[in-house]
Amino acid sequence: MNALFPLELRQVVVRRRTKRVIGPVDLILNPQGPTIIIGPNGSGKTTLLRVMHGIERINAGQVIWAKDDPAKHAFVFQSPIMMRRSVAENLAYPLRLAKLSAAAINTDVDHWLSRIGLDAVRDNPATRLSGGERQKLAIARALVCKPEVLFLDEPCANLDGYATRDIEVLLQEAAAAGTRLVMATHNMGQARRLAQDLVFMLDGKVHETGPAAQVFAAPQTDALAAFLRGDIVP
Amino acid sequence: MDEGPTARILYTTCPESLDISTYPDQFPLVFCVGKLDVLSFSCWDRFEGRMFEIWEGLKAAFWLIVMFDAELWEISLRSLRVTLTALLIASVIAIPLGTYLALQRFRYRRFVISMINALMGLPPVVVGLVVYLLLSRSGPFGVLNLLFTPTAMIIAQVIIITPVIVSIAHQSMRELWAEYHDLLISLNTSKRQRVLTLVKDGRRNLLTAALAGFGRAIGEVGAIMIVGGNIDHVTRVLTTAIALETGKGDFALALGLGCVLIGIAIIVNITIHTLSQTEREGRW
Repeated sequence: MNALFPLELRQVVVRRRTKRVIGPVDLILNPQGPTIIIGPNGSGKTTLLRVMHGIERINAGQVIWAKDDPAKHAFVFQSPIMMRRSVAENLAYPLRLAKLSAAAINTDVDHWLSRIGLDAVRDNPATRLSGGERQKLAIARALVCKPEVLFLDEPCANLDGYATRDIEVLLQEAAAAGTRLVMATHNMGQARRLAQDLVFMLDGKVHETGPAAQVFAAPQTDALAAFLRGDIVP
Repeated sequence: MDEGPTARILYTTCPESLDISTYPDQFPLVFCVGKLDVLSFSCWDRFEGRMFEIWEGLKAAFWLIVMFDAELWEISLRSLRVTLTALLIASVIAIPLGTYLALQRFRYRRFVISMINALMGLPPVVVGLVVYLLLSRSGPFGVLNLLFTPTAMIIAQVIIITPVIVSIAHQSMRELWAEYHDLLISLNTSKRQRVLTLVKDGRRNLLTAALAGFGRAIGEVGAIMIVGGNIDHVTRVLTTAIALETGKGDFALALGLGCVLIGIAIIVNITIHTLSQTEREGRW
């Protein structure tokens, strides 16, 4: 049971200058997951994830965690941010922040490098990795400190099927180990494979939400039905 | 043809004769831009004489270095000591300050950054004058007896190069911060951890900033001439020695010292780049 959840968003609004980016948003995320957020470009998926993670300032409303502990959060960005260090050093960075011993850091780094198949390039600059390798490294760096909740912003965008499968396996293992996943994606196949709950964002608002099986089988709104069919949503 | 010191230069567009003996320093310019019909052999002699001086200067530089000339070594080492000390002090001030300015938002931040950028063009002579007034006997720090010492020269150089290093460090740290911002915020890092991370990962850019400061300091003459006084065996450095020898008309020695100065600047740059492996394949 994840102690950080349920997470409740009440009337959350984010504006940039005068433009409303999201809101008002009311949403409750239960301890069970994963939750997949879908919606067209510009619908506010990324902003919603950032609000939940606490790295986006809100202009109105409340974000209420059952137990708020930012150290238990992790975030994987759509464009993986690689530090100007070696692959191993990138993995070790959050462990150093957590002040683990050198031996513990080495053990964890070796384990994760082996797990994501990058042990052969451990001393290479991380910026030289391919797109799929970078994303795997970013996810491993997020998981290395065993977070209780992991937010992922379209982690498989622009990746091929093999890389997507590798990443999904990583995420399923993390979920099985007790990490609550909250992920935005455009990939409907991935959403069907991973989602337990589904949140459909449209025009900065939560348009429809519910258990994934139910929402996929019988969408309640025309917009979601059109989106799931692959039509262009107005 | 007349072998005397004068020559008559006839301009086709301006039928006016010119006595070049009244413009000895402009001779090469006159030679280039004028449409000459007649040129005295004495002018060629003077041109060749100048070339001879350059050649003699290069020879002098070679022999001064090869023969391990004691005075040259003393002046060169003093130049290095003063410049590297000033660079070290300025870097300790400027690198954290540049990083802080990149990270921290505060009121008047833009004004502070604009001021620091403007101070990059601080006239060294003015810095020298201000430091002189502060350190002179009747000045507020006169009691310290620092005027005409290498310490005074270091102070002047620190004032001159700190804005240069801050400005370049701020620019590079700002770019790195834009790259790392989301990651470091999402990892819940403290301000101190962010600064340390940026300094570590941006160390090669910071090195470039420091080398820019070194370049400005090693070639500086105006301020250190005023506050150092160019005293033999005490405050004479390569740049002030070059100014002195040029004033005395010993162009060969001045050129020789100039070659040594350029050599030191190149060697220090190459050494630092090599030690920090900036250009090694696979590095950043």
